[in-house]
Amino acid sequence: MFQTEDMLKVFQQYRGDAVVIPGRGGRHWVNVSTNETRDVPLGDPAMGGHASFGLGLALARPNEKVVLFDSEGDVLMNLGALPTIAEKAPKNFYHFMLDNECYATTGGQPVPNAANVQYDVIARGSGYPSAYAFDNLEEFTNNIAQIMEQPGPVFVAMKVFPEIENLPIGQRRRWQTRSRDKVIEDLQESMGPR
Amino acid sequence: MTQQEGGFSPEVVLDHMRKNGVTHVVWLPDSETNFLYLLMKDEPNLDLISVSREGQAFSTAAGLSVGGAKPIILIQNTGLMESGDSLRGWAMGMNIPVVLMVGYRGYTRHGVDQDTAATYTERFLNAFNIRYFLVENDQDADRISIAFQEAEKTSKPVAVLVGDEYHGFNR
Repeated sequence: MFQTEDMLKVFQQYRGDAVVIPGRGGRHWVNVSTNETRDVPLGDPAMGGHASFGLGLALARPNEKVVLFDSEGDVLMNLGALPTIAEKAPKNFYHFMLDNECYATTGGQPVPNAANVQYDVIARGSGYPSAYAFDNLEEFTNNIAQIMEQPGPVFVAMKVFPEIENLPIGQRRRWQTRSRDKVIEDLQESMGPR
Repeated sequence: MTQQEGGFSPEVVLDHMRKNGVTHVVWLPDSETNFLYLLMKDEPNLDLISVSREGQAFSTAAGLSVGGAKPIILIQNTGLMESGDSLRGWAMGMNIPVVLMVGYRGYTRHGVDQDTAATYTERFLNAFNIRYFLVENDQDADRISIAFQEAEKTSKPVAVLVGDEYHGFNR
């Protein structure tokens, strides 16, 4: 396992102009990103939907690289999104997944069969042409340039340390610096007309 | 494709999609809409995205809409009810102006339902405060374009309930 923040710092070096949906990595990405207007930190509109949102954005904007940092809890909730992504096969979609083996934001309860699910195998079996799994940062670092250079859709499963939250939601630190409306407005301005 | 007398023809649905600049159809296929599927498949300006659970349709449509495309969602009322959280978070919460065409399974017009899918459909939409229009035949079809206008005006999802033969539920 490795720290999400460390991984994001490595990824940032290869981001280029990509649109980044930071998903569950948002709290770290907000401090790492150097191109805020192309970041899409949506928080958690409804669990399980980030992959489909990323697909929709990638299809609407085929000339933009779209990177998503999904989570294993979200992916499990909507596994059926993977065949749809594979079928549409957007060449500009890079689907990273943080796997901390638990529901960290609700206290760290394990996801089903937490340690034994091979998400890269599920992605490949769903039809993703290319899927990876990393459990150490060095291996991730050695491969990220090549991953970002290849055509999508690519799936990248990563084992990360859980960052468990037990505080009531109302007492948690808000990491978002912009409202959701502002995030979308900034992104649309940055991308320009379709 | 022959139009059913007094019914709702798929060609009319497709015309309204074209007229309103729809770019993507996010849908979950069902056997009753197969002939609409065949028409959409042959329409070069439409990209079909099939999902395997209706909730995915709302997050997909949100991504498309944020990216500047114009999706329509085509699902059945059963799937609409299954999608509650996704509808709430991805469509309403993100102010997505999207039209949902919803097959009104069990619709009988007279309100004596044999199918609870029909019993709860309008109650569900009312609970979410989603505006909806009922279409039963080609004469009602202009309501589809009205739904598009309403969605744009309010930046919210608007539903079109398809209450007749082109779904074939009431035969």
